[in-house]
Amino acid sequence: MIVAEKKPIQEIIEEIKTHDSVLILGCNECVTVCEAGGKKEVGVLASALRMYFLNKGRDMRIDEHTLERQCDHEYLDEIREMIDQYDGVVSLACGVGVQFTAEKYTQKPIYPGVNTFFMGVTESRGVWTERCQGCGQCILASTGGICPVSRCAKRILNGPCGGSTTGNCEINKDVACGWQLIIDRLKALGRLDEYEELAPIKDWSTDRAGGPRKVVREDVQS
Amino acid sequence: MRLEYPTSIKIIRVPCTGKVDLLHLMRAFEMGADGVYVVGCLEGDCHYNSGNFRARKRVEQASRILDTVGIGGDRVQMVNLSSSDGPLFARKAAEMVNRILEAGPNPLKSAKSEEAA
Repeated sequence: MIVAEKKPIQEIIEEIKTHDSVLILGCNECVTVCEAGGKKEVGVLASALRMYFLNKGRDMRIDEHTLERQCDHEYLDEIREMIDQYDGVVSLACGVGVQFTAEKYTQKPIYPGVNTFFMGVTESRGVWTERCQGCGQCILASTGGICPVSRCAKRILNGPCGGSTTGNCEINKDVACGWQLIIDRLKALGRLDEYEELAPIKDWSTDRAGGPRKVVREDVQS
Repeated sequence: MRLEYPTSIKIIRVPCTGKVDLLHLMRAFEMGADGVYVVGCLEGDCHYNSGNFRARKRVEQASRILDTVGIGGDRVQMVNLSSSDGPLFARKAAEMVNRILEAGPNPLKSAKSEEAA
């Protein structure tokens, strides 16, 4: 999932304080799972904002709505009839959802309510860690299912580097060395001989280095 | 024991304080509550293991938000006591009422009445 964190309420207040009516728009997908922008977070933020502005003597309308997703036209269409009632929208979706909402409703200012971080996993409740950087050329088959692009600070493909100490990365002693994890996994799988094979130079053109990316599937296009 | 506690307190029963959500606390203040305190079992005594710890975290979250929006984080509090400790329940109730009397009414109430006028 895409992992995000709630923005400080004060920052959102600064963005919307000139408006008279605002819609807080949540998303039922990733940001719900990482407890940053789901229906509950929409309720809490809307409640806090209503209290703040009422306490300031402002008659500000702040409503709540949560969509199944904000990254698909069909769900964003749901708010077509209601969005004109508001001066602005605070989207609690990831950066993708915020942008797609802004692309679809070009006459309406859309403000981000979360800071989007990475594609990751829930390690335990309240702890999320990065697992994928979307490089567009997956090499997990040869690395024991552990990604050196996202788990190694240097993204090196033939590691570890000299900064690996007792299984940890030199950037932070709490960060596991991705390559140590790969070696341990290959050993456990009895495939350590694969570690001896040098990985060829990776084609980074499918990564962000090639600019904004696009996937076109003619077989599913309508 | 025939203990007394302030009549201004309205008790809302929940199966465990772990049931109390941040949204419940926020809505209570939005609807005009002057203060809210959550009374849970003693730490380590939760029948569901972590219900009262979760409640404490949510109370702390609510407190931070209430401070940010200018309502006052002191208006929400977590209290842990044994369900058999009636005297302490009564004492904590009085303490909470005194704390709220010092803080004054929920500022949203006067803001709402000004808006209506």
